[in-house]
This record gives sequence, C-alpha cells and structure tokens, in this order.
Amino acid sequence: MNEAPESEPSKLANIRYLYSRAGFGATPVELTDAGRKPLRSVIKQLLTNGKQPFAELYVVDAETNVTKRNLKGMMRDGKLDRDMLKERIRQNVENVRDLNLQWLDRMASGENALREKMALFWHGHFACRTMGQNPLLMQQYANTLRQNALGNFGELLMAVSKEPAMLQFLNNQQNRKNAPNENFAREVMELFTLGRARNGAPNYSEHDVKEAARAFTGWQFTPTGQFIFRPAVHDDGEKTIFGKTGTFRGEDVMGMLLEKPQTARFITSKIYRFFVNDTEDPKRVDDLARHFQKNYDIASLMERIFTADWFYDAKNVGAHIKSPVELLAGMRHTLGIQFDTPQPQIFVQRTLGQLLFYPPNVAGWPGGKNWIDSSSLLFRMQLPSYVLKAADVAVQPKEDGDVNTVSLARKGGQNFKTTVNWSVFETAFAKIPDADLPDALAAVLLPFPLRPDQRTLIDTQIKSGQTQSERIRLLTAALMSLPEYQLS
Amino acid sequence: MNRRDFLQQSALTTSGTLLIPHFLKAYESRAMGQPMAPSGKILVVVQLSGGNDGLNTVVPYRNDIYYRERPGIAIKPDDVLKLNDEIGLHPAMTPLKALYDDGLLTVINNVGYPNPDRSHFRSMDIWQTATDSDKYSQTGWLGRYLDKSNSPEPYRTLEIDDTLSLALKGEQLNGLALLDPKKLYGQTRSGMVKKLSQEHDHEHETASYLYKTLAETVSSAEYVFGKAKVKSTGTTYPASELGNRLKTVSQLIQSGVATSVYYVSISGFDTHINQPGQQERLLRQYAESVGAFMADLKTAGRQNDVMLMTFSEFGRRVKQNASNGTDHGTASNVFLIGGGMPSQRVMNEAPNLSDLTEGDLKYTVDFRQVYATLLRNYLGADDAAILGRKFDALKFV
Repeated sequence: MNEAPESEPSKLANIRYLYSRAGFGATPVELTDAGRKPLRSVIKQLLTNGKQPFAELYVVDAETNVTKRNLKGMMRDGKLDRDMLKERIRQNVENVRDLNLQWLDRMASGENALREKMALFWHGHFACRTMGQNPLLMQQYANTLRQNALGNFGELLMAVSKEPAMLQFLNNQQNRKNAPNENFAREVMELFTLGRARNGAPNYSEHDVKEAARAFTGWQFTPTGQFIFRPAVHDDGEKTIFGKTGTFRGEDVMGMLLEKPQTARFITSKIYRFFVNDTEDPKRVDDLARHFQKNYDIASLMERIFTADWFYDAKNVGAHIKSPVELLAGMRHTLGIQFDTPQPQIFVQRTLGQLLFYPPNVAGWPGGKNWIDSSSLLFRMQLPSYVLKAADVAVQPKEDGDVNTVSLARKGGQNFKTTVNWSVFETAFAKIPDADLPDALAAVLLPFPLRPDQRTLIDTQIKSGQTQSERIRLLTAALMSLPEYQLS
Repeated sequence: MNRRDFLQQSALTTSGTLLIPHFLKAYESRAMGQPMAPSGKILVVVQLSGGNDGLNTVVPYRNDIYYRERPGIAIKPDDVLKLNDEIGLHPAMTPLKALYDDGLLTVINNVGYPNPDRSHFRSMDIWQTATDSDKYSQTGWLGRYLDKSNSPEPYRTLEIDDTLSLALKGEQLNGLALLDPKKLYGQTRSGMVKKLSQEHDHEHETASYLYKTLAETVSSAEYVFGKAKVKSTGTTYPASELGNRLKTVSQLIQSGVATSVYYVSISGFDTHINQPGQQERLLRQYAESVGAFMADLKTAGRQNDVMLMTFSEFGRRVKQNASNGTDHGTASNVFLIGGGMPSQRVMNEAPNLSDLTEGDLKYTVDFRQVYATLLRNYLGADDAAILGRKFDALKFV
C-alpha cells in the first residue's frame, strides 16, 4: 500500500476509519499518536495487541455454579423453597447480564480492540443464545471466542463447536445413536462452514447432514460444563459424507469441512461483509479466500484486508452501519464514558435489537440495513442526549415473552447516569479556534467531512458567550446525533 | 443580519423548496389517504407473547384425557363458556363469547407448522417471518406485504409500540412503530431531526438509506398525527395495556388513516408456575379489550371492515407440570374476529389428545394457510409472492 502520497487530513481519516473497523473507534489522543507512525505499523500494532494474552471474562466459577435443573432438583429434595428457587434463577440471569456488561467494558476500553471486535463478529457467526440461564456455559463460550478470535479458524471451529453452550443450544445432547437429532450437524454446515448454497448449487445434501449427525453422536457435556465424548451413545457404524465412507466421528467431519474451499470462501465473504462492505466484491473475496484456505490463519487474513489499498476506497468508508453494541462501545471509548448503574446499557441493547448472549437465532444478527427502522433510527439519534445529558427516555422495548428473562427488563433501564471523561477529550481540541471546532470534531467522530448545510445546522447548537468546553460538549452531542454517526 | 442568521435562513428556505428529495416528492404527489387493500379492509394482528396455553383458552371440556393430564389446572366443565358440545372458552372470556354469539368469532384449532420449535424466540421468529422452521429470514410477512404493495409507505403497516417487530420489516421498506401519534410526532420535531430529514440525497449509498428512512419517518409521523383527530365514540376501554393500544387503533381507523394492517402484542403468557391466576388475568384483559374494540367499531359502523386475528408463538404441553403450570408446546388455536366474514364459528376439529408427538399436539392447519387466506382473500394481495409459495386457502373469508 502507498504511504508516501498521503496528506495529513487523509491520513487522519484513514486511521480513524481503520480504528472504527478494526476496533471500536479511537480517542483523539489515539488518533494523534497513530498519526505519527506509518499506517502499516499501526495495523501491525493492532494485530499484535490482539494476539497478546488476554484476561478472561469472569462472573462465576465452575464450583459454585448451579444449573437450573439442579436447582429444581434441590427444590424437589426440600433443600430450597419456591422463593429461594426463584431467587437463585434470577441470580443466574443476572450473572449472564453481568457477563454481557463485562464484555462491553472490555470493548469500550480499547485494549486489544481488534480481538474484541473479532470476537463480536464470531459471536454473530457462531451464534449461541443463553439457554437455561446458565452463566458458566456462556462465560466459557465467550472466552473461547475471545481466545481464538485471531488464531486458527479450524481450532476456533472445533473449540466453539465443543462448547457445552453450543451443544446445548443445538440439541446435540439429544443426538444419540439410533435417535439422531440433526440440528447440530445441519447448523455446522449451513451456518458455521459451508453455507447453504453458492450460485444456486447446494453445498451439501440432506444425506450429508443425516450422516454427519450420526458422526456427531456422543459429543456431549457434563453437568459441570465439560465437553465429553460418550462412546455409549456414539454411532460407530460406517457413514458416507461428501462421497467418502468410513466410521467417522465429529472431528473427522470438521476436517472434511475445512478441506473444502467453500468453507474458506464462506467465512471470508462473511468477514468481508462485516469488516469492509455489506456488498461483497466477489473477485476480492475469491482472492482473499484462496490465501485464507492455505492455513486458516485469521490474523493474516485481517492483515491482508487492512493493508489493502481498496480497503480505504471511498465507497467502503462510511458504508458500514454500526451495530448497537458497536455504537455503544464506540461512544463509550471515544469519550471515556462509564455507566454508574448496569441497566441502561442492557436497555439500549434490547431497544436497538442486539443483546449480547441473546442473538435472535442461530443465524446471528442479520446486520447492515436490518439495524435501521424508523424507531431504531430515532432512538439512535437520541442516544447521545440520554448518555451525555441524562435526557428523559420515553421508549420501552418489548418483552420477549420468556418468563426467565424478565429481570433483564427490570426498571432502571431508562435512568441514564454516566460519568464522562470530558477533560481528556477536550484537551485534544484546546488549540483549535472556535470557528474550526465543528470540522475538527467531525474529523474525529464522523466518516465524512461535514457538508455546508450540516455545518450550518450544527452551528445553531452553540450560543455566543459559551466557554470552549461548553462548545465542545454541545457540538460533540450534536455530531453524535447525526445519521452519519451511525456509520463507520 | 449576521452571517450565521443569514446562513440559517437561507438553509431553511432552500431546504423547504428546492432540496426536497425526489422520493419525497413522489410521496406527496401520490394520493395519501387511499386505502392500500383494494377492498378497503383492515387487519389487526394481536400477538400473545410467551406461548398462551391454548387448551385452557379453548377448553375440550368433554375430554377425559384433558382432565386426567391436568388435575391441578383444568377448567371445570360447568365453568366453560360452551361453543359447541366439544369445546368452550375460558370463563374469563365472556366478551368473546358474546362476539361468538353475534356470529363474529371464528376459532381455528390445531394451528402450527412442521418440525415445531419450542424456544420462544425462535418460534416467534417463525411465525413472524412465515418461513419453514429450518430456514431464517430477515424479513417479516407483513413487511413483504408492504414491499409488494402499490403504495409502499411505512404507515401502511403500523405497530402500536415503541419498537418495530420483525413481522413488519420488509426488504425495501419497514412498517412504522408508534405508541401514540403525538409522541412520535414530538420525537420527529425535537432537536435537529426535522431539519436533517430535509437534507438532500447523500452521495454515499448507506448514508442515503439513513436519510431516506428519516424522511419517511418524519413524513409518516406528520401524516398520522395530522390525520388522527378523532372524536371518540364514547366506548369505554379497560385501562390495560392492550385496551389502550386497541383504543389507539380504533381512533386511527375512525380518523381515516390509510393503514391496512395494525400490529399489537401483549406479553406474560409464559405460565410455567401457578398458571391459573395469571392466565385468567391475561385472558380477561384480552377479552375485555377486544370486546370494547369491536363494540367501538360497531358503533362507528366499521365492524365489517376490520378483522382482528390473534395468535401465540406456540401452545403448551398437554400434561401440566409439577408447579401447577405448563411447559412449552406446539400447535394452538387462532381467533378471527369481525371483518364481515361468513360466521364459520368453530372451523375445524377439536385437538386430538390421544394422538400426540412427545406429549404435544399435532398441527393440522399450517399458520401460513391462515396468512395466505388473509392476504389473498381478505387484503387482496399476492399471497404466493409474499409467502414464497402457495398455501391452501382456508374457507373463513
């Protein structure tokens, strides 16, 4: 990629764009620091940080975690009364909530940003919804995604497929010799590796699914959340999958799937649509996929994308609609925002349709334009007023009907109390003359420069006699309320 | 006049005249206010979230298996509001029984779909997208109805809520969600929203999509708010959430808002523990609200133009559980009320409790047959294009 001809503003724009895609945006200080280095070394840094050892998310440990089933057993044995049972189940739901918030904190911190961003992508790809309110299983699942986020795709695929949360979500516990349940095998092919069809031709047959389901029998988990292979329920007979015959087990099926170029193509396409542009460029994806299939190294694939000239093309910049979690984590990161109470961040996720650990189904969040309808767009444009000015919230998300998740809808969601680290943010603009503030702030916050009509509108937010600090705060809230702030 | 004032004023004048985006012009030139369905018919969907227990809603009061499997929660034969010599309504639903007696209620039993899913979220997804249970769709059946209509404006399908359900999301366009026309109008007037909505088309495709959505939101909100100046017929609605929402629907219908489909949901039907009291409260709220709504429309002379359809994402297990509740099940009943249908009353056979799959009812009517009939025969739309294939119509219209 070219380093030399870049002008300062366009370099700043490129770095801003890179941070918004490879992470959750940048603070003004991060932008200034990165601006002093060649872009290629900024990318290297993002990738290296992402590979460093990471701190696991932790809300519960294996010894003290008690599943809902066990709790019900304890009630039958008279060890718990009904109120205690309810309280313990509520506690489990709250632990999943706290796991959600802990992960969001990590995203907002900006540390290992690419790893967290990649893990968020994998959470949508290997979508798994909290079942039976078991925080331990979700904690393990999340850490497996984060651990392997930039590693080897084959290892990630195997590890996440063997996660008890996933085996439970996809009913593999019920997939037994002589009584197969095809759910797991079907989703592994349709959603995790091959995709249903390419150019109208199916990537696998119903027969492949049936036979693969037999191979996955015996993949189970223990009550303490450990993967276990149970030979007694495994069908060890011959299976024919993709034209090959043998006494295959689940690991063999995964191996066969990784051998297929279509797996690399499918994953690369999805990564391209998430990180580059919702509209795929088939030739570029073909090219990336060919390299990816050689060793399935996720970090190399990402490096190839971020260092490509076309990644910075005007048609890609601002083409991505931020997901609700990207929006929230990004806003927090840029301004150093802390929430004083837990519920509002859950409220935002629920209202906008992306609640971590509760994807709508195994296909994950559809993303792109699906995030936007009249209600969600108005709410997104109001969000800065809620977060920065504690404005009254007059919106209530729907209940999902599940009696077990009602505590996620608890009161307090609309009470935004936040602490914003304004002083650090403001310092970066201390030397900017008042007249230039809107454009300087826009260069940090938005994918495009302000248009003259927008600038006029933004100017109406400030009144004469205000201090620079007041101006920066008002302008920032106004810029974050623009439709363009929804884009990265 | 200083520079800023000048810019501000000139921005206002230009945005008011020259810079109206072309899609908005198309919007204004079209005859706003024409109904979307050629027949002028209106559909109101009431979603019961959480999985309403169908067997205690429409009770098979002569069935021994029902009483054997539900010793703690079965409705006594004497309490049932009898519809025929097999089934009757839950005692809390007297207003619904009155509608039945007036020939306005049709009950369809055993509605479901192949390979049922017992997760709330997934099953609701299936009902809202109208896809097979092993397929995923990003659009809802009513969103696709809006896409295919000849007058696609968001307010044509309206959800009475703060957030929009998948059912009303289309490929090209989404329906509109509002809890209260005034509140939404207020939101589109606050801050920079209104002015931003007048911005011209953006050179970037995604940005342009956001501005288009914003412009449609603002003009739809303006249209509905401007239209919704209704005098009430004086009907008293129960002061419940559903009552309030159906009252809003009735006001919009009576104001002549050109909306063809309204969507309303209530929650709380996930009755794993101590079902009887909770379900009774919810069914009473439902029946009283619907009763008031139909009475209101009758007074306004509109009861034959409006059909109300009620469903839940699944019914519940035939056998009760150990906590005097029921667990997630499969097929259940659908209610159709009003709409000027021939009074079919109980459309099909009662559930067969001696032929179950893993303790759950077998469906005999695919819910997409209900949708197909409503789309084609009631709303006059192309059901096969919307549902992706042809489903056999039912004979309720």
